Amino acid sequence: MLLLQVIVGGLLLGAIYALFSSGLTLIWGMMNFINFAHGEFVMLGMYAALLVVVYIGGGPAAFGFGAAMALFILGVVIYAGLIKHVMRGPMLSQILSTFGLALLLRYTAFWIFSANFVSLPQTSLSGTLNIGGILLPVAQLVAGILAIAFTIGLHLLLTRTTVGSKLLAVSEDRNAAMLMGIRPDRMQALAWGLSGCAAGIAGALLATAYPWSPSVGETFGLTAFVVVALGGFGSVPGALYAGLIIGLIQAVSAYWFGPIYKDIVVYGLFVALLWLRPQGLMGKA
Amino acid sequence: MTKFSPPWSALIIGAILLIYPMVFSGAFYLDIGTTFLLAAISASAWNIVGGYAGQVSVGHSVFYGFGAYCPLLVFQLFGWPPLAGIPIGIGVSIVVAILIGLPTFRLTGHYFSMATIAVAELIRIFTGTWDLVGAAIGLQGPAVARGWWDLTFRGELPYYYIFLGVLAVLLVITAMMERRRFGYYLRAIKTRERAAQSLGVPVLHTKIKALVLSAVFTSIAGSLYSLKTGFIDPESGFGILISVQMVIIAALGGAGTLYGPLLGAAILIPLQTATNTWFGGGGSGLTYILYGGIIVIIARFEPGGLLDLWDRLAPRKWRRSRAA
Repeated sequence: MLLLQVIVGGLLLGAIYALFSSGLTLIWGMMNFINFAHGEFVMLGMYAALLVVVYIGGGPAAFGFGAAMALFILGVVIYAGLIKHVMRGPMLSQILSTFGLALLLRYTAFWIFSANFVSLPQTSLSGTLNIGGILLPVAQLVAGILAIAFTIGLHLLLTRTTVGSKLLAVSEDRNAAMLMGIRPDRMQALAWGLSGCAAGIAGALLATAYPWSPSVGETFGLTAFVVVALGGFGSVPGALYAGLIIGLIQAVSAYWFGPIYKDIVVYGLFVALLWLRPQGLMGKA
Repeated sequence: MTKFSPPWSALIIGAILLIYPMVFSGAFYLDIGTTFLLAAISASAWNIVGGYAGQVSVGHSVFYGFGAYCPLLVFQLFGWPPLAGIPIGIGVSIVVAILIGLPTFRLTGHYFSMATIAVAELIRIFTGTWDLVGAAIGLQGPAVARGWWDLTFRGELPYYYIFLGVLAVLLVITAMMERRRFGYYLRAIKTRERAAQSLGVPVLHTKIKALVLSAVFTSIAGSLYSLKTGFIDPESGFGILISVQMVIIAALGGAGTLYGPLLGAAILIPLQTATNTWFGGGGSGLTYILYGGIIVIIARFEPGGLLDLWDRLAPRKWRRSRAA
């Protein structure tokens, strides 16, 4: 029974991994660009949710929307101010731009919010459900389900709408897309906005259920790499499956070997994947 | 690239570094001197793969950490002189370098960068849980030297000259590499990998060779650090900020140039000491904000670093003359 509880908890957390990883995979698939600051986006989403609750008030919808908007804007601003200028430059610029950004965001957050763990004040989502002997905090349940819904929503946006087709067109052939009257710059800015938005919502969802400090960004960033590597670079459905799998593996290994080993198992899996299937489980060669 | 006659520049820089401890003999300045040399060694080592080959590692602390742990580990386990741990650290680093390089160098550069940071984090967390290597508490070296071979000195002066010797060897190797076929291969790979491959450059083999060479010297830098401090824990060996420092020093001065890392270290180490002194203990946070900012600015505006900027702005006769 305890194992079942662990599995359900792992899957619910994995759903949130899936949501923020889908933001990372979107950028990777579209622009061949890896965002080392993605975990910091999630961390900022958590603080954005906290700031909304403390200074503006309102329920989960309010702080969720606030975090999503804040990170959408951040994504667009970072694209326009930084990424646009380095994405065609040397590899050194591409990697260092977001790597430096990660440091900048992480330590600025340490400076502003201090290294102490914080959590959201009690929201309407507190309380625990008992489903057949499995105890589920309502916040975790809602967060997990919403995360899956948003990930599927992002997938539908990319595959079923005009905007999605335009994004795909730019990623496949920038010049041909321009000839069709699509503005690649705008589409790529939108992609960064959506990526930030996914991280922001994931951050707000995480904030409802788990305490955090500025250092979580580093862990989430690496987790997102593992999820994306497992699901295949550029694939949102892949990120969904892989996120759930990683959440599950993490929870079960924490249960079996002790909490400190959960990251070791996951990062070890990443290294093994690079050796065995660099294109990911669901990816094409 | 740079044809600017090494004998002259090397002699001047060498002379300055040799007499520095005689001019600034106070403990404070000597400490800055040894810290500078150590930073220059590790950044120059990073530079071989990150600068010359253009394969940007953001987890080089993994090699530094192996180098730092092995000397103190052989001392604690077997009572051997820490010196004996240096080759072991080098050996482990070579194996790990090949393990990281072999799968990722076949893919685009992003995979290599991600793999380096993931492996570094993996080893850092693992070290913190493993009692044999001191877990989170770390390891200590000999408190009192049992003989010269323990390389445990009271003052910093012997360390200064040992570090200087290692730096000189590393720079001579790098300078020789620049002129040989291997160095041209690296630059070809950095500029356009596909073209290099189609012209017959053994891309995978060359990249792995560069990574191994870089890992060897990074490991030695780690060993020198732990020999000098006589103490190591997961954060000071494998911490991400170790990698950050190598990257920022090399990129600030000029990645892929011989003297870039030296220039970067000459700017950053005094700056770091100053911010830590001015802001006290809380200053380290501000230092890293500054680091992040500098890295972003280099990436956005000056990927060639300060040496490249100098070449564009300085009066013609002061520039480093260029072959191309």
